[in-house]
Amino acid sequence: MIPRALDRGTIVFLALLGAVAIAVPLLNLALPDSSPLHVPTYLVSLFGKYVCFALLALSIDLIWGYCGILSLGHGAFFALGGYAMGMYLMRQIGGRGVYGNPLLPDFMVFLNWKELPLAWWGFSSFPYAMLMVLAVPGLLALVFGWFAFRSRVTGVYFSIITQAMTFALLLAFFRNDFGFGGNNGLTDFKDILGFNVQADGTRAALFATSCLALMLGYVVCRILVASKFGMVLIAIRDAEARARFLGYRVESYKLAVFTISACMAGVAGALYVPQVGIINPGEFSPANSIEAVIWVAVGGRGTLAGAVIGAVLVNYAKTTFTSGALAPYWLFLLGGLFVGVTLWLPRGIVGTIAHWRAGRRITATEDAPDPSGAAVATKPQAAE
Amino acid sequence: MDLRTTPALLYLDAVSVSFDGFKALNGLSLTIAPGEMRAIIGPNGAGKTTMMDVITGKTRPDEGEVLFDGSHDLTALDEASIAVLGIGRKFQKPTVFDSHTVEDNLRLALAGDRRARTAVAWRETAAARERMSSILETIRLTAARSRLAGNLSHGQKQWLEIGMLLAQDPKLLLVDEPVAGMTDAETHQTAELLRTINVEKTVVVVEHDMTFVRALGVKVTVLHEGRVLAEGSIDQVSENERVVEVYLGR
Repeated sequence: MIPRALDRGTIVFLALLGAVAIAVPLLNLALPDSSPLHVPTYLVSLFGKYVCFALLALSIDLIWGYCGILSLGHGAFFALGGYAMGMYLMRQIGGRGVYGNPLLPDFMVFLNWKELPLAWWGFSSFPYAMLMVLAVPGLLALVFGWFAFRSRVTGVYFSIITQAMTFALLLAFFRNDFGFGGNNGLTDFKDILGFNVQADGTRAALFATSCLALMLGYVVCRILVASKFGMVLIAIRDAEARARFLGYRVESYKLAVFTISACMAGVAGALYVPQVGIINPGEFSPANSIEAVIWVAVGGRGTLAGAVIGAVLVNYAKTTFTSGALAPYWLFLLGGLFVGVTLWLPRGIVGTIAHWRAGRRITATEDAPDPSGAAVATKPQAAE
Repeated sequence: MDLRTTPALLYLDAVSVSFDGFKALNGLSLTIAPGEMRAIIGPNGAGKTTMMDVITGKTRPDEGEVLFDGSHDLTALDEASIAVLGIGRKFQKPTVFDSHTVEDNLRLALAGDRRARTAVAWRETAAARERMSSILETIRLTAARSRLAGNLSHGQKQWLEIGMLLAQDPKLLLVDEPVAGMTDAETHQTAELLRTINVEKTVVVVEHDMTFVRALGVKVTVLHEGRVLAEGSIDQVSENERVVEVYLGR
C-alpha cells in the first residue's frame, strides 16, 4: 500500500516541502541580517502560518474532494487543536504572569477563581496536551459525525449544521465563565518545551515542525486515497446509494475519514497557535471555515497538492492585499475570487493543469483516465 | 439462523407501505422460487420501485413480512447487510461510479470484505482478477476496461451496472428497467444477457417494455395500486380483462 501511495508527484511534492522546511530556517538562522538572502524572522512565522493553513486545507480536501462531504465547520477542529496547545502554553507561563499566580493563568485570577478547573488538569504536560490536540477534535468529529451520518444528513444540510457547530462553539468560547479565556482568548505565551516562543531558533523549529506535519499529513492522505478505502470514498462521492447497495456501510467510511480529517485540522491549529502567539474565539468564526474551503476550491479539490497550493496562494494574496491601499476591499476580492474560480476554473488550479495534461494524452491514446479524480472533471458539460 | 419457514427464495406477505397517506404498497404478497426469473410489470405508480426499496432495505414497510432465503427478515436489516446477504439491485437510471474506471467499478463490486477498517490494507487476489476478466467478457466491456465509467455510452453503463451485480455474486438480482433508453440491438443483447445470468441466479426484472418481457419468456406478475393484479405467462396476463383495463384505461 505504501508504494502505490508514493507516486512520482507525491515524491516531488514531499521533496519540495522538505527543501522548504530546511531552507527557510537555514536562511533565517545561518545568514547575517545584512545578507540579501536572509529571511527575516517575521517571514518565518508568516510562512509557518501558511503551512498550518495548508494542513487545514489538506484535511478539508480529504473529505470534500474525495468523499464529497463539504464541511463548513472545519475551522472549529482547527481552533480546538489550537486551544489545546494554547492551554499547554498558558500552563508554561507559571508564576511569570501579570498577577504572578504560580497555579492559575491570569484570566482566572482576574475572574477570582481559586482553583484550576477540571478541563485544565494535565495540560502542563506536553504529551498530554498533544494527545488532546488529536483527541478533542477527533472526539467531537466522531460524535457529531456519528449522529449526522447515521441520520443520513448529506449535502448542503450537512454543511449548514457544521456551520452551526462552529458558531455554537464560538458563542461558548466567548463566555468568560466557560473557562478558556473568554473573548481575549489565550495569549502572552512564554515557553514551549522550555524554549522561548519568541526566539528565532524556536520560530525556525516551529516552522520546520509545521512543514514536517504537513508532509506527514500528505503521506497519510495519499495512503488513504490510494488504497481501496480511497476508492470507496470516491465511490460514495459519485453514487452513494450504489455504494450502499454494493454492501458498503457508507456511514462507517464517512465517519472514519471525517474523524481523521478533524484530527489533522487539530494538529494544524496546534502548530498555528505558538507561531501567531494567540488563540481566541474568533478562530471559531464561521467565515474562517468558509475561507478554508475557498483555498481548496482555488487549488483544486480532490488533488491534495491543490489544497496546499491554494491555501498558500490565497493567504499570500491576503497578506499582500490587506497590508496595502487595497485593504478595505480584501473581502470583496476573496468573494470575487471564489465566484471567478467556480465559473471559469471549476477544477481549480491543479485540477485544470492535470485535466489539460490528460487531454493532451487523450489525443495520443484516444481515452485516458483523468488523474485529477475530481467529480467535476468527469462532467465537463455540467461544469462549464 | 432460524428455521426455514418457506421454500421460496424471496417471500413477501401482505406488505404495505404508505407515504403521507398514499398507499404505495397495499397488501402485496409475492413469492419467488430459487432459480426463477420473474418479470414484474405494471403502470406508473403501481408500486414496482417501492417493492424494490422494501426488499433492499431502503424503505421500511408499515406492515407485512419480507423473508429472504426462508430465514432472513429483511425488514430488520439495512441496505449494506441485505447486499451482503446476497441481494443485488440495479437502478432504473444507470448508476455507476463515474470517476472510476470500468475495472475499478467491478473491483469495488467483487464480493469480499466491505469493512472500512480493513480497506486501507486491502490487496487484490489473482482469483479476483480472473473473475473480473470473465465478467468483462460477459458484459462485453473488455475493450473498455480502463476507460472512465463516466465516459461510457448509456447502454454500456447499464451493462457495467449489471456486471457489478454479477461481481457482487448475489443469490437474487433485482433489475429495474434494464432496457430503458436502449437501442433495439442493445435490448436484444440485454435479454440474452439476463437469460445467461439466470442459469445460475434468481432474477427479478421490472420492465415497461412489453416486447422485452415477451423476449424473456418468463412468468409475469402484474402490479396495480400496490398489489398483485394477475400472474402467469405473458399471453395469459395480456388476455386478462382487468390487466387490459388497467393498461388501456377504463
